[in-house]
Amino acid sequence: MYSDKVMEHFKNPKNTGEIPDADGVGTVGNPVCGDLMTMYIKVKDKRITDIKFKTFGCGAAIATSSMTTDMAKGKTLEEALKITRADVATSLGGLPPVKMHCSNLAADALHAAIKDYNKKQEASNEVKK
Amino acid sequence: MDYAAGKPVDPRAIEAMLPYMKTSYGNPSSLHVAGQEAKRALDEARRKVAELINAEKAESIIFTSGATESNNLAIKGAANRNKDRGTKIITSRVEHMSVVNPVKFLTTKGFEAVFLPVDKFGTLDLDSLQKELNDKTTLVSIVYANGEIGTIEPIREISKIVHTKNAFLHVDATVAAGQVPIDVKALGVDLLTISSNDMYGPKGVGALYVKDGIRIEPLLHGGGQEKGLRSGTENIPSIVAFGKAAEIVKQEMQTHLEKLTKLRDRLIEGLLKPLPYTFLNGHPTNRLPDNVSVRYSFIEGESMLLSLEMNGVSVSSGSACASKTLEPSHVLLATGLKHEEAHGSIMFSLGRENSLEDVEYVIGLMPNIIKRLRAMSPLTPAELKE
Repeated sequence: MYSDKVMEHFKNPKNTGEIPDADGVGTVGNPVCGDLMTMYIKVKDKRITDIKFKTFGCGAAIATSSMTTDMAKGKTLEEALKITRADVATSLGGLPPVKMHCSNLAADALHAAIKDYNKKQEASNEVKK
Repeated sequence: MDYAAGKPVDPRAIEAMLPYMKTSYGNPSSLHVAGQEAKRALDEARRKVAELINAEKAESIIFTSGATESNNLAIKGAANRNKDRGTKIITSRVEHMSVVNPVKFLTTKGFEAVFLPVDKFGTLDLDSLQKELNDKTTLVSIVYANGEIGTIEPIREISKIVHTKNAFLHVDATVAAGQVPIDVKALGVDLLTISSNDMYGPKGVGALYVKDGIRIEPLLHGGGQEKGLRSGTENIPSIVAFGKAAEIVKQEMQTHLEKLTKLRDRLIEGLLKPLPYTFLNGHPTNRLPDNVSVRYSFIEGESMLLSLEMNGVSVSSGSACASKTLEPSHVLLATGLKHEEAHGSIMFSLGRENSLEDVEYVIGLMPNIIKRLRAMSPLTPAELKE
């Protein structure tokens, strides 16, 4: 059912875990639907220096989380925001059609983490002013 | 350990069917020698299937293309044939889709349907059966034992209640027949669905027991085979193999029942004991000997299934993520589980070929699989983190 690449990321997922002092955190999904993901990012000079994830979900959910962190690490925030669900699926050698929507949420979690970071930046800038 | 999804055909059943493809290929409706040979084989298979469930006579067995057809024939056949007496059908929330969907279909044709609740073990609520049953009820359809969680329903008690009114009782015994002793006379069943593949016979053949005197109408109209209830030239090779499989499971039932029950209980104990937040689905004792359905909190079934598959173990998942639909199993939800709990379920179904070694191997694998997935899950509470 899954490509070799998906299975490889499921077996040996990259960047699992939490970043306790993360600069941005994004959560998408819902345990009721069977998929929940949280992404943690560290940002320096508008570049993602570290990224980790935690995922509750199926094989595809774990593999897309892993692939997304791999793709985003080292990228600028602007570049990372351009990573789409489709890019993640393509990099994994494709996903079964039924998984394209329900389990392919990792790019959204990444974008949510970046938004969270931007919001925190604005807030701290306000304070400085 | 996914024998519920498909079983190998017993070599003795294969042996029995071969002559009916190679040399004795007659049509049982023909009067010549080849035809009469086929007729004799058909009668003998009918007798063997009848004996497995202690039917009053061989003629009460109607051969079909499998459990789905048998369930459709029983439900649509009984409901439509008795429509002038009433239009209420009662069933449960833990039925197979081949019962759920015919019943739902009938609600578009002027019938009223009630899906009775079950308790946390999946056992039917007899009080609500009593309450819902009325003079308009013509059919009650209840599963003998659930294929997902293994719970065996109190069919004798159900039958007593159903027959206080002028209603028929259909029992879907697809996964139970051949595994546990079933006696339609002692249970008081009017219609009973049986599947061949679930007892190590070929796929594509099954039967419906129709008690003497119970009137239903056919789904297929044609040459009038199977007492007019299932027209079409009989699938003699498969029916012969089904008959052989029924004969074998009857003879060997006690041996397999004891062996599987031991393996099942060891597997349940070995899966539940070492890990916290691990639960058994279905009834702890009143369950099929082959079924072990467990759920692990904070993780999702398909990821467990894949992890086991990587280690050479095949199982089924109670989660939507491994199926065609996106909803978790309606059976698990009927037992009161929340969606996220149902998602964390996996089902092992044991078969004749499984050994204690297989069971111990799975028990040994599971803790690391669960710990790895829980470590990755955002739902896992801090106390479980190592």
